[in-house]
Amino acid sequence: MNANSDNLIQQSQNVENVESNNTIVSIQSLSKSYWREKFEIPVLKNISFDIPKGEFLALMGPSGSGKTTLLNLIAGIDKPSDGKIFVNNVDISLMGESQLANWRTNCIGFIFQFYNLIPVLNAYENVELPLLLTKLSKKERRERVELVLNIVGLSDRMDHSPKQLSGGQQQRVAIARAIVTDPLLIVADEPTGDLDKHSAEEIMLLLQELNAELNKTIIMVTHDPRAAEKAHSIRHFDKGELS
Amino acid sequence: MKILKLVLKNFKRHKLRLFLTIGGIGITVMAFTLLRTVLYAWYAGADVAAADRVITRHAVSFIFPLPVAYKHQIANIKGVKKVTYATWFQGIYKDKNQFFPRMAIEPETFFDVYHEYKVKEKKHLQDLITKRNGCIVGVKIAKEYNLKIGDIMVVDGDIYPGTWQFEVVGFYSGEGNKKIDETWMVFNWNYLNESLKLQNSNSANHIGWYVFKIDDIKKTAEISNNVDNLFKNSFAPTKTETEQAFNQSFISMSESIIAALEFISFVIIGILTLVLANTMVMSSRERIKEYAVMKTIGFTAKNIVTLIIGESIFISLIGGIIGTLISFPIVEGIAEALSRFFPIFIIQPSTLIISVVFIIFAGIVSSIVPVMHATKMSIVDGLRHIG
Repeated sequence: MNANSDNLIQQSQNVENVESNNTIVSIQSLSKSYWREKFEIPVLKNISFDIPKGEFLALMGPSGSGKTTLLNLIAGIDKPSDGKIFVNNVDISLMGESQLANWRTNCIGFIFQFYNLIPVLNAYENVELPLLLTKLSKKERRERVELVLNIVGLSDRMDHSPKQLSGGQQQRVAIARAIVTDPLLIVADEPTGDLDKHSAEEIMLLLQELNAELNKTIIMVTHDPRAAEKAHSIRHFDKGELS
Repeated sequence: MKILKLVLKNFKRHKLRLFLTIGGIGITVMAFTLLRTVLYAWYAGADVAAADRVITRHAVSFIFPLPVAYKHQIANIKGVKKVTYATWFQGIYKDKNQFFPRMAIEPETFFDVYHEYKVKEKKHLQDLITKRNGCIVGVKIAKEYNLKIGDIMVVDGDIYPGTWQFEVVGFYSGEGNKKIDETWMVFNWNYLNESLKLQNSNSANHIGWYVFKIDDIKKTAEISNNVDNLFKNSFAPTKTETEQAFNQSFISMSESIIAALEFISFVIIGILTLVLANTMVMSSRERIKEYAVMKTIGFTAKNIVTLIIGESIFISLIGGIIGTLISFPIVEGIAEALSRFFPIFIIQPSTLIISVVFIIFAGIVSSIVPVMHATKMSIVDGLRHIG
């Protein structure tokens, strides 16, 4: 992280509301609206809650309830209309675009529903992608990539391109990509939404292992009650509010 | 370097589209190079003119002759080193469509003034002086017509009617200097003059123009004025100018064609830019979601801009290099086939430099729209994009 980000961390450590060492995400009076032509569409309405370190949280709710929007805000890929989000005591709503990009590289691992692997890169290169933004040497990058591909059980598929992998395997590569920078937080947007039952179970098992063995905090949006069952806690959303 | 790796990886995407784009760029760069080479060939005469060579012609027009007696008067002017003269003869040799310059010259002085035109052997020059109908030809013409020493060239006169027989007594060349026109045929002016005298022609004892060298190029204007003042009130007033200006006056006759060619050469650059821009816009539109994913991972707008511009410049450069490489054998072939019309037909370093500049320019310009699209797009919108 650059100097500005470090300053923000320092400032945010003085915030009274976020003193608990056990809290990794603190959401305070968070609101988000989108504008469609002249009409303001509220998506999140005055949400406040904390997520402790090491938590495996599932966000559930009907389509349009605001759960993915909240996930995007926590991951720093969208800006709140109002309120604050502290991640590890850093108020990310104060960060500029390039600070946020830098912060995401170091602090966030994002898992998408449709994997979103780069088709011209093989599994190894896809996982290596976030590390290209760090100062790690080629050798260090290789060690890290091999380690995480081993964790997700794909060390024998490093040279395979995404189209040579099944949906479940592609999602494993995406998970490897999400954890290769050793992020504070893993955010997953319907990680099993595009998978068959068997693959979905494997992916959920893998996420559970990451949570239990590597103590990774995971926030997962899902429609699937079986996936949500694997989480420690579930928060339900409806019409932009916690229900 | 890491971004370059990604640029190269992206080449695997749409191989056919990449191939067609590179091919299109290659062809446009080749067309640009050829057009610029034609333009240079047009200007070549003016460009190779020696700075210390000055030409005196009739003040009214190049086609009016000047008395041969002017030579000694010009030679006596301060600053004039060596004077020679020539007359445009032309005529038809074998085929009227096969043009190459044929001139009557003063053999004793001509190759001293045109010192970069090297006569192969001293004997050749001696024979040109002593043999009444001797002629020296450039090696290019000699090769094309398979002319050897002793061969007779029969020329049907047009400006000077009659059948003229010239004996090849020697050859000249530029000795490797590609800027030297090796397509001239020159013969002894005395041969022409004696024939004109026999016909009681008014053209006898007249020449086409004088060429002389001066000892100080800074005094070109002063010497030229002195020459022209000398003949100001004579029946044949003169106009004296540098060899370059003299050659330029011929080029200016085709000014509108040259301007059109210049314009077309830059239109070609426009086409190149559009071909590349089309590919880049299509390519980036398909990758909007990927750019959003990369931004989510932590790639900054600057990284994405580098990726897009890098890819665009890389494609442009590959096409440009291929186009330029193809141009060399094509130019050589054209130079061979049209050596009489374009005796100096070579790709100039300046053409290559202009090509490189425009290739990079096209690479940058064609990536403007994709860059704006990718950088202004929010990550959330990009992730929702279906493409």
